[in-house]
Amino acid sequence: MKKQGTNKSNYGSTLRAMAVIGLLLTVIGIMAFGVNNSDTPKVGAESPLPVVKKDSIASVKAFKQVYTVLTSARCMNCHPSGNIPLQGDDSHLHTMSPQRGIDGKGIYAMKCANCHQAINTPGLHTPPGNPNWHLPPANMKMVFQGRTPHQLAKQLIDPKQNGNKDFKKLIAHADDGLVLSGWNPGEGRTLPPMSYAAFKKAWITWLSTGAYAPKGK
Amino acid sequence: MTNITVNGKQHQIDADPNMPLLWVIRDIIGLTGTKYGCGVAQCGACVVHLNGEAVRSCVTKLSRVQAQQVVTIEGLSANNDHPVQLAWNEEQVPQCGYCHSGQIMSAAVLLRENPNPNDADIDAGMAGNICRCGTYQRIRKAIHSAAEMQRKGGASK
Repeated sequence: MKKQGTNKSNYGSTLRAMAVIGLLLTVIGIMAFGVNNSDTPKVGAESPLPVVKKDSIASVKAFKQVYTVLTSARCMNCHPSGNIPLQGDDSHLHTMSPQRGIDGKGIYAMKCANCHQAINTPGLHTPPGNPNWHLPPANMKMVFQGRTPHQLAKQLIDPKQNGNKDFKKLIAHADDGLVLSGWNPGEGRTLPPMSYAAFKKAWITWLSTGAYAPKGK
Repeated sequence: MTNITVNGKQHQIDADPNMPLLWVIRDIIGLTGTKYGCGVAQCGACVVHLNGEAVRSCVTKLSRVQAQQVVTIEGLSANNDHPVQLAWNEEQVPQCGYCHSGQIMSAAVLLRENPNPNDADIDAGMAGNICRCGTYQRIRKAIHSAAEMQRKGGASK
């Protein structure tokens, strides 16, 4: 009996210890989660995917904002309807007529990186820079120029036209370095019509509310 | 200190990493065949090869070429016998000549990647090299001629 009583006492102590440890771990976990959430999201950092909750009105409203950015010069100039990029706030054909090429990085002696450096070149209207400067490749042109809101929304979510991007990859594309460079265009170029943060919010809202396309052709 | 290889020779350059490669080539190393034209990557007079690509040295910073291979007009061939150089001479392409080191360096890349270019290929590949004298017809003719030399195997490269 005595032996059994001792066992019960030990068992009770173990349970109490486990409860205390569990409570501590829970508190530490909540603190860690809280601290993590308070951080400003870093560009390119993994973040949980938003839950899709369909709402056609909110989705179309968000896409209208997205559309104004994608069809601004900073985005559209590298998403031309032809094979020559556009230039300037008036989106004229790029001087020298560099061509897309198969991989979107130009051809022969006319490759993008021959002039476009990893960072912006100092000076007014000098070549803007990015380590990965390119157009969409020839087999996935992702044209923005001339697309209606309806056409562009449909195109963006079509895996056959968007480089096989699913919901997760589309969300992540907002953090692409070349997308971000639209907000660091170099001297003499206007910025897209809203902040990057506002664009990203609209982009994610559009996708997470069902990626509805505005009505029309 | 930046280490670069120019025309097969290693150099240790003690200069601001933001210095344009063109300055390094001309003023520090002393190779003056590469020309300053516009200074903003618009004309092509300053084209050199960086790891085989026809970059514009006026906007290419020294920091980009750290431990990389640069070839200038002086190093395109051992005896000025690259097919493009031979063809340029044969067709008497230059008038004033200022833009032609850049023209030749661009044409060499074009022919390496497309050994049999048609007129449209040449126009597309050479559109970034401006010639104030307007020697475009002779440039095109010389590139066809150089392509033929390559095909016949008479070229060194």
